Amino acid sequence: MPDVLTMTARCFRLTTRQVDALLTSLLLPVLLMLLFVCLFGGAIHTGTRYVTYVVPGVLLLCAGYGAAVTAVSVSQDMSSGIIDRFRSLDVTGAAILSGHIAASIARNAASTVLVFGVACLIGFRPHAGPAGFLAAAGLLLAYVLAVSWLAAAFGLAVKTPEAANGFMFGVAFLPYASSAFVPIATMPAWIRGFSRDQPVTPATEAIRGLLLGTPAGAKPWIALAWCGGILAAGVLLSGVAFRRRTA
Amino acid sequence: MTGELAIQADGLEKSYGEVTVLSGVHLAVPAGSVFALLGPNGAGKTTIVRILATLTRADAGRARVAGHDVGRDRGKVRRSISLAGQFAAVDGLQTGAENLRMMGRLAGLSAAASRRRADDLLAQFGLSGAGGRRASTYSGGMRRRLDLAASLAGSPSVIFLDEPTTGLDLPGRQALWQVIGGLAGRGVTVFLTTQYLEEADRLADLVAVIDGGRVVAEGTPADLKRLVAGSRLDLVLAGAAAFAEVARRAGRRAVTADPDGLTMGIATDGTAPQVRALLDELDPGRSAIRSFSVHTATLDDVFLALTGPGPVANDQETAHA
Repeated sequence: MPDVLTMTARCFRLTTRQVDALLTSLLLPVLLMLLFVCLFGGAIHTGTRYVTYVVPGVLLLCAGYGAAVTAVSVSQDMSSGIIDRFRSLDVTGAAILSGHIAASIARNAASTVLVFGVACLIGFRPHAGPAGFLAAAGLLLAYVLAVSWLAAAFGLAVKTPEAANGFMFGVAFLPYASSAFVPIATMPAWIRGFSRDQPVTPATEAIRGLLLGTPAGAKPWIALAWCGGILAAGVLLSGVAFRRRTA
Repeated sequence: MTGELAIQADGLEKSYGEVTVLSGVHLAVPAGSVFALLGPNGAGKTTIVRILATLTRADAGRARVAGHDVGRDRGKVRRSISLAGQFAAVDGLQTGAENLRMMGRLAGLSAAASRRRADDLLAQFGLSGAGGRRASTYSGGMRRRLDLAASLAGSPSVIFLDEPTTGLDLPGRQALWQVIGGLAGRGVTVFLTTQYLEEADRLADLVAVIDGGRVVAEGTPADLKRLVAGSRLDLVLAGAAAFAEVARRAGRRAVTADPDGLTMGIATDGTAPQVRALLDELDPGRSAIRSFSVHTATLDDVFLALTGPGPVANDQETAHA
């Protein structure tokens, strides 16, 4: 347990000192949101003001993007000599990875607050009680945790940090093929099934419902189940990949 | 040296797929000594270090480090050892002091103790002035010293140094030698690998020469130097008949021989009386040797002398193993 804290402190320091990477992970989400709301938003009709429709999806897009960075930072550790030093000090793989996951959560918390703040500035008006906010934050946290572990597994499985970068594209694509940016009914018929049944759609609609105070139905539970499944897969695959990598 | 062994390896074998890296390695390192594993690239040095440091499992054989079996008691071995290598394992984005404090914490020290330890280590390795700077701003030599300091954060009883000076310039290498020499006086067992004969000579109490995945010679540096003379007398012969005649007289002293190029290298200590005597002995008629030159023995000479009659035979031996 003390090792987890030490590794977390290490990853925090490394994160805050990679100024360019940090700025990217904080500013890119804000720019993406401005892009959707101000540039595309006028042409998209969703029945409400577009900013109201799109912000929950942008929060998820950013969370996924920020969590995916974990793949690169894990891969960097594995391809440098420091992993042998940690292992020769009997630091477990779980402790090493937990440090990266904790840093990912902190990074994403910061960028989420930033995106949410700017969203409110450009006209997003949430209608949620404290319970709604808390539930939405909890769901985002679960999503970040799950995607971060999956990203860690990917970072362990690939050989180079450059290859680990590829994980970002997969995660960044999912929100576009969901109800995050446009209603699924406006999509071509062949993709609607996928869009409806992939994890980002229930997550988006759950956060939308929770933040806007509209009925979310079973969506939060479905989203949470997805996160639980992805988390379990991520942890399991990370364990397998770490053992294979260090055999 | 108490006679107690800090490291003991028996019959270590390791293959990666078809490639045999180690074929039966035996080592015995007395506690408190500096032990050098000397060998060329690809000889299996790093694999041995990784097995002894519990990072890789051997296919066969047993090893004990600091009194614990590296296979069964990984955790106990890890609490007694540390590892520093050719790829300095420190975070460039953390300062020297932060790196050392982190290693202290991971080695089980309290926050206060690891801070004190970091300050001590920085002073000891001549890095006090640089402790607050990020390691990425250090020179190659400073990074190696920081790496070495980091490996000492937990006060290990056995330290593995995998090619600690590879890639450093001469002043950097000499500075590091001084530091490693200083470790030896404190009861710590140092196990280092190197490709440099001079390095083994400077630092080690005992040297094992490894080639093709097995130990081909071991002893004190003085023992090994007696096996391979310090210099080599290179001869250019007058013709095939002269070559055969001189080769017969030289016998095992010929460490290199090239019948086509009519050249031959003879082990010598390089002193004028011995070179003169050798020339007279090998060529009493004073017509077989056309010219000669004297070279300081290189690591190649050591291997040629230690690994048998010639590289071809040695390759076959490795292939059968």
